[in-house]
Amino acid sequence: MSATPVVSIKNLKLALPSGSDRPHAVDGVSFDLVPGKILCVVGESGSGKSMCAHALMGLLPDTIIREAGEIGYDGQNLLTLDDAGWLALRGRHIAMVFQEPMTALNPLMRIGDQIAEMFEAHNLLAPRQRKQKALQLLREVGLPEPERSVRAYPHQLSGGQRQRAMIAMALALEPTVLVADEPTTALDVTTQAQILELIRDLQRRRNMAVMFITHDFGVVSDIADRVVVLQHGKVVEQGPADDVLRRPQHTYTRALLAAVPSMQPPPRAPLADRAKAVEVIGLDKTYVSGGGWFQAERRVRAANEVNFDILQGETVGLVGESGSGKSSVARLVMRLIEPDQGTVRLGDADFTRIAGRALRKERSRIQMIFQDPFASLNPRRKVGNIIADGPIAHGTTPVVAHKRATELLGLVGLNASAMERYPHEFSGGQRQRIGIARALALEPEIIVADEAVSALDVSVQAQVLNLLEDLKARLGLSMLFITHDLRVAAQICDRIAVMQRGAIVELKPTAALFSAPEHPYTRELLAAVPGQISSSRAA
Amino acid sequence: MLAFIAQRLAKAVVVLLAIVAFNFTLIRMAPGDPAMVMAGEAGASDQIFVTQLREKFGLDQPLPVQLYRYVKGIVTLDLGFSFRQQMPVAKLIAERLPATLLLTVTAFVISLLLGILFGTLAARFAGTWADTAITILALIFYATPLFWVALMAILLFSVSMDWLPSFGYETVGANYTGFAHVLDVGAHLILPATTMGLFFMATYARMTRASMLEVKRHDFVKTARAKGLRDAVIQRRHVLRNALLPVVTLAGLQAGTLVGGAVLTETVFAWPGIGRLMYEALLQRDYNLLLGVFVVCSAMVLAFNLITDLIYRAVDPRIEFAS
Repeated sequence: MSATPVVSIKNLKLALPSGSDRPHAVDGVSFDLVPGKILCVVGESGSGKSMCAHALMGLLPDTIIREAGEIGYDGQNLLTLDDAGWLALRGRHIAMVFQEPMTALNPLMRIGDQIAEMFEAHNLLAPRQRKQKALQLLREVGLPEPERSVRAYPHQLSGGQRQRAMIAMALALEPTVLVADEPTTALDVTTQAQILELIRDLQRRRNMAVMFITHDFGVVSDIADRVVVLQHGKVVEQGPADDVLRRPQHTYTRALLAAVPSMQPPPRAPLADRAKAVEVIGLDKTYVSGGGWFQAERRVRAANEVNFDILQGETVGLVGESGSGKSSVARLVMRLIEPDQGTVRLGDADFTRIAGRALRKERSRIQMIFQDPFASLNPRRKVGNIIADGPIAHGTTPVVAHKRATELLGLVGLNASAMERYPHEFSGGQRQRIGIARALALEPEIIVADEAVSALDVSVQAQVLNLLEDLKARLGLSMLFITHDLRVAAQICDRIAVMQRGAIVELKPTAALFSAPEHPYTRELLAAVPGQISSSRAA
Repeated sequence: MLAFIAQRLAKAVVVLLAIVAFNFTLIRMAPGDPAMVMAGEAGASDQIFVTQLREKFGLDQPLPVQLYRYVKGIVTLDLGFSFRQQMPVAKLIAERLPATLLLTVTAFVISLLLGILFGTLAARFAGTWADTAITILALIFYATPLFWVALMAILLFSVSMDWLPSFGYETVGANYTGFAHVLDVGAHLILPATTMGLFFMATYARMTRASMLEVKRHDFVKTARAKGLRDAVIQRRHVLRNALLPVVTLAGLQAGTLVGGAVLTETVFAWPGIGRLMYEALLQRDYNLLLGVFVVCSAMVLAFNLITDLIYRAVDPRIEFAS
């Protein structure tokens, strides 16, 4: 490290309001940002990494008390900067890119106007030049059809395009420091790879210092020059990326790295002689929206001749990017939506043709675990009721159902006291366990897990995956596992189906898919998974 | 967009016809026979006279035929004849409509402008005494019955202080012309329009405040701050514009009901508008007039719904004309 740091954070201490789960959000954190280098700040949710970013931008909520330390920039301590000072600094010298480009852009303003606002905020250029500059920036970040994009509203662009626009905005005034807060977390793998490359490229060309916040070690190994690992608001380890990733000193860093699922699928026994638990034959679904007396309809083909089966005790993965139709297929298999054509068979029974009471009875055989453990549990009902509801609806007496619910909580590793508590009293991982217990309450033969671990931190993700694997073996469950994360799929699936635009383009045993992908789209997906070079080097 | 408007207009016509048919049937099903009422008022309730009346006004025909004739009339803007007032219903309504529109549009504009202003202020200074004062005042106006506010306003501004006229549309017999006439009507307008607007102002203020506080938490407001924009610009351009979307929806729903909703205000302030006409028609069992007022009010609701949809599409680019 020869260059002088442009930002120097020393012993930063940020106090949380009283009544929080810990006294400090950030406790004695020190690190430097150096021109032309990317510093990755890694940690799980609640580690204080976003707080550091917000402190550097002067965007901390009022409830956070700046207790001690300093943020040195250009000879001044930013912690003591007044409002006018921040107005001059923000955007101009330190710019920020946020996680979710959909919500971080004003939905009612054109992309070009939002970029032009950067110049307006700092009284630079005449209005017409601002527009031209915006166009030029969109071209620089590689947005397709920049002339059109500049006039587009955020919802008219894809997630990756929005993030490019967001980056163009942050770079408008050629800041010396760029703060990127999980900028690729909301994106698909292939888009993520492109955005990472873009940030890398721009940062080199402009010699910016970048503070890159992420929870994903794959991303870290692709982009970082230096790494800071945060746990509970404290720095547990920092150093050059190579050292931290390959020779981690602290146990927490080691645990985090070990929890990252490997791209190497574990060996699995073939299941060929088993009976079929689920058979999906020629499933078709087209969504029709709009349409009326005078308008044409808009059609999206979510499932196109989808065929696959799941053997008893088998886990079949459904992977693909957002919009590829994997969630639609899950809902079709669950019969939460009706197919246009095709059949779903559960064992011997035709699940597509039954209705009414017969359908409600059969529903107990196939249950779902949802992606978002926050939105999928009714916040006004106690956990015990949430789990017991299903069995009671199917005729179990409440006493028996609640007793069974207590056992199920034990099975998923939660205390019986959870019965009387509400979902908001639990962490994300615990809630996902509750969701699993709820799905198991009806003693299903088949579980459909729709991105069931995507919202969780790596260490929690590993625990939940282990739990699912264990339950599957003990209860002889079959599973349809939907994920966008190929690493997770590699670890848990017996076979994997790759979906693109509603169709399955490749379906193979996991090991074969990873070692010999045939379809170009499968290859593209596999190549885009971050962090492969270093993990193979480490292996 | 033209296709969209055409489609909506076509749908509106269908809805309007359904409403007319429903109202027509409902009124005919109500106990009491208009011919009997007319005969009774004429002081001659013998059977022959009633039969003649029935024939004259087509009341002897079966209900579907009567309905068919009525709907056919509407197409040519013929809303029937008011037996009581001895005038065509369309003419009666046309005479009264301008006064109602003047009153309700004024009330609406006042309530919308002040409501958004106060809501913005309350949100901007959330948690301070200014916010508390605005919120409590809004709650009071929201909760107090309109007629009571109207009566108190008359007592205070007309009776005690004698600042403003307490009833009517203009000074009877003054025969003002030109600008003096405008001023005279304006003075008469202040009390009823303000009274009527207070309730709506309170709803808009509360809605704007709540909506702004919610929008403030959105990520794009953080983005705006990260750009180094001044707070005033952020509030106006990013927060207020987004916060107004639900207010537009609410205002659109209420604008439609303003014509019919002026009954109380017009009665208390003796304002010669549709609302009072409806009130009188109801008391006098003037079925044709009542039906006519209903038709106009329904048409107004449908028109304002369409206008609201158009405005909404103009302010929110996410809602596109599917085409």
